[in-house]
Amino acid sequence: MAKILEIENLQTQFFTSAGTVRAVDGITYTVNRGETVAIVGESGCGKSVSALSILRLIPDPPGRVVGGSIRFMGMDILALSDAEIRKVRGRRIAMVFQEPMTSLNPVLTIGRQLTETLEHHLGMAREAANARAAELLGMVGISDPERRLTQYPHHLSGGMRQRVMIAMALSCEPELIIADEPTTALDVTIQAQILELMRDLTKRLGVALIIITHNLGVVARYADRVNVMYAGKIIEQGSALQIYHQPSHPYTLGLLKSVPRLDQPRKEKLDPIQGQPPDLTRLGAGCAFRPRCRYAVERCANEIPALEPVSEGHTSACWQKDSLDQPLRDAS
Amino acid sequence: MYNYIIKRLILTIPTLFGAAVLVFVLMRLVPGDVCEVRMAGFGTFADPEAIEICRENLGLNDPVLVQFGQVMWGYLTLDLGVSMWTGQPIVDEIGLRFQLSLEIAILATLVAILIAIPLGTISAIKQDTWIDYVVRAFSIAGIAMPSFWLGIMIILGLLITTQALFGTPWMPPIVYVSPFEDPLGNLAQVFWPAVATGYRYSAVATRMTRSTLLEVLREDYVRTARAKGLLEKIIINRHALKNAMLPVVTIFGIEFAFLIGGLVVTEQVFNLNGLGKLFVESVLTLDFTMTQQLVMLVVVIFVFMNFLVDLLYAWLDPRIRYG
Ligand SMILES: Nc1ncnc2c1ncn2[C@@H]1O[C@H](COP(=O)(O)OP(=O)(O)OP(=O)(O)O)[C@@H](O)[C@H]1O
Ligand SMILES: [Mg+2]
Repeated sequence: MAKILEIENLQTQFFTSAGTVRAVDGITYTVNRGETVAIVGESGCGKSVSALSILRLIPDPPGRVVGGSIRFMGMDILALSDAEIRKVRGRRIAMVFQEPMTSLNPVLTIGRQLTETLEHHLGMAREAANARAAELLGMVGISDPERRLTQYPHHLSGGMRQRVMIAMALSCEPELIIADEPTTALDVTIQAQILELMRDLTKRLGVALIIITHNLGVVARYADRVNVMYAGKIIEQGSALQIYHQPSHPYTLGLLKSVPRLDQPRKEKLDPIQGQPPDLTRLGAGCAFRPRCRYAVERCANEIPALEPVSEGHTSACWQKDSLDQPLRDAS
Repeated sequence: MYNYIIKRLILTIPTLFGAAVLVFVLMRLVPGDVCEVRMAGFGTFADPEAIEICRENLGLNDPVLVQFGQVMWGYLTLDLGVSMWTGQPIVDEIGLRFQLSLEIAILATLVAILIAIPLGTISAIKQDTWIDYVVRAFSIAGIAMPSFWLGIMIILGLLITTQALFGTPWMPPIVYVSPFEDPLGNLAQVFWPAVATGYRYSAVATRMTRSTLLEVLREDYVRTARAKGLLEKIIINRHALKNAMLPVVTIFGIEFAFLIGGLVVTEQVFNLNGLGKLFVESVLTLDFTMTQQLVMLVVVIFVFMNFLVDLLYAWLDPRIRYG
C-alpha cells in the first residue's frame, strides 16, 4: 500500500514560564492512501498538538516542532516555505476541528467560508465556487443548500455546522483529512451520524483520514489502524482488531475497561484508570505510565520501553507486555 | 427594523428630558446670573436697580417652574430662544459655529480611524517586536501630549517648513470659509486641527484595536482559516478584523460626540470660532439659555451616535438582530 504520510520521531514542545512542555515526544507512524488511522488517548496526551504539527499550525511562540520529520507525498513538510505549506493546507491536507460552534467564523456566511478555499486553491470564479459549495453541502447531507449558503453559522445546529466543516475539508479534494475529535461536542445520536458520514465520504472519495478521539468505541467501528498515545508518546500501535482484542499495554487495557462495550455482555463494572496523567514538563526517567500501572516492575522506573512487536503489525511499549493478564482476550 | 428605530426614538425622550432637567438645575445652582456678570463682572460697582431691570427683562425673576416650562415649550415648538448674553437667536449663534465643529469632528474621526486601525493591526500582528513598541509609544504619546502643545508644535512646524521650502511662512487661515465655497481653503483651515485632535483620539482606539485583534487571532475560527491555507492578509482582513471592530466602533462613537463640543483648547490654539469656545463663553457669562441648548445639542449627538453604533453592530455581526 502506498504510504502518503510518514511521521518519524516527531517532537513538539512548548516553551512556557512553567518549563518545557514535551507535548509530543517522539512519535512515529504512517498513513496509507485511503485508510483511516485513529489516534486515541486521554485529554492532554498530545493528540491535537501532534495533528497541528502536521500542518505546521503550532502557535510559535510558545510552541515549536523541535525534532523528527514529517513526509507527505514525498514532501518534507518541515522544510517547506510558508507559501508552500499554504498550498498543502486545505488543498492536500484538510482539518476538521473539535468545536463546530467556534471553528466557523460567526460573521461570514457559510457560503463565503466554503467558497474562499475554492477560489484560493482552485482559482474558481465566484459563480462556479458557489455552485460547487452548494453541491458540497448536498454531499454532506444538508438540505436546501442554496439557502444555507447565505446563512450564518449561528443559524445552524452543532451537527449541521460540523457537516459544513466536513464539506469545507472535502472541498478541494485533499488526500488526507485530519479530524480532531470531530464529534466530542455533539449529541450521541448526532455523533454516530457524523462519523458514518465521514467514513462513507472518505471511503467513497478515497481520502485518508486521521481521526483523533478519546473514545475507543469510535476506533473499533471506524478505524483501520490505531495509535494509542500516552504522555506525548505512542505506547501501542496496531490494527483496530488487534487493539480491541489483544490490548498489549496496561494503558490500552485500562482504556478498554473504562468504556462500555456493546459487543459483550455487561459482566464487569466499568473501571476507569486511577490517577492522573503526568505533568509533561517533568517527565522522569522511566515509563510515564508507571505511577498508574498495576503491572509495574522495577525496570519500569529506570528505562523507557520502546515500541516492540507483539505480533504482525502490532507493537507495544511495555516491559511487561507478554505477562499482562488478558480478560478481554479471553472473553472474545 | 422600523419598529426598532421607532422604539429607540421613543426611548430617547426620557434621556433628553433628564438631561434638560439636569442642566437647567445645575446652571441655577451656580451663584449669580448673566445680569450680574454683565454689569458687575469685573468687580465694578453696579446699580442694583439696573440689574433688577435686566433680570426682569430676561425673565430671570419668574418662578423657576415657569422658566422651566418656557424651555420645555421651546422644545415642543422647536424654538431654542435667544442668548441671554448676546440677545441673538441661539439657532443663529450655534449654526454659525456648528458647521466648523462638525467638520473638524468628522475629519478628526477619519484621521483617528486611519491611524488607529492600521497601526493597531500592525501592532497586534507584530506583537512584542520593535514595531509593536514603536506603535505603542506613538499612541501613548498621543494621550500624554497636552493638546495645546501639539497644536502649537504643528503651527510652528508649518511655519518653519513652509519658510524653508517656499521662502514665505504659511499657516492655516483663521477666517472660516465654507467647504462649499472654497473646498481647498476650507481644508487648509480644518485639516491641521483635525490631525491634532485625530491623533490624540486615535490613541485609545489603537490600543483597543490591538488588544481585541490579539484576542480574535486566538479564536478557533482563525485557526480554521489558517488550516485552510489562506493568505495571512486575508485571514486578518476577512476573518479577524471584522470580528475585532465591535469595541473599536463604540469608542469612535463616543469620542465623536465629545469632539463636537469639547475642542476648547484646540480651537483656541488654531484660533477657530467653534462650539467649544462658545461653550466656555456661555458658561462663564452664566448665559443659561445658551448653555442649556449647547448641552442639549451634545446630548442629542451622543444619543444619535449611540444609535448609529448599534446599527453598525448589527451590520458587523449578523448574530445581532434588532426587532
Ligand atoms: N499553546 C500551548 N502552550 C502551552 N502548552 C500547550 C499549548 N497547547 C498545548 N499545550 C500542552 O500540550 C499538551 C498536549 O495538548 P493537546 O492539546 O495535544 O492534548 P489532547 O491530547 O489534544 O487533549 P484533548 O483530548 O483535551 O484535546 C498539554 O499538556 C497541553 O497543556
Ligand atoms: Mg485535543
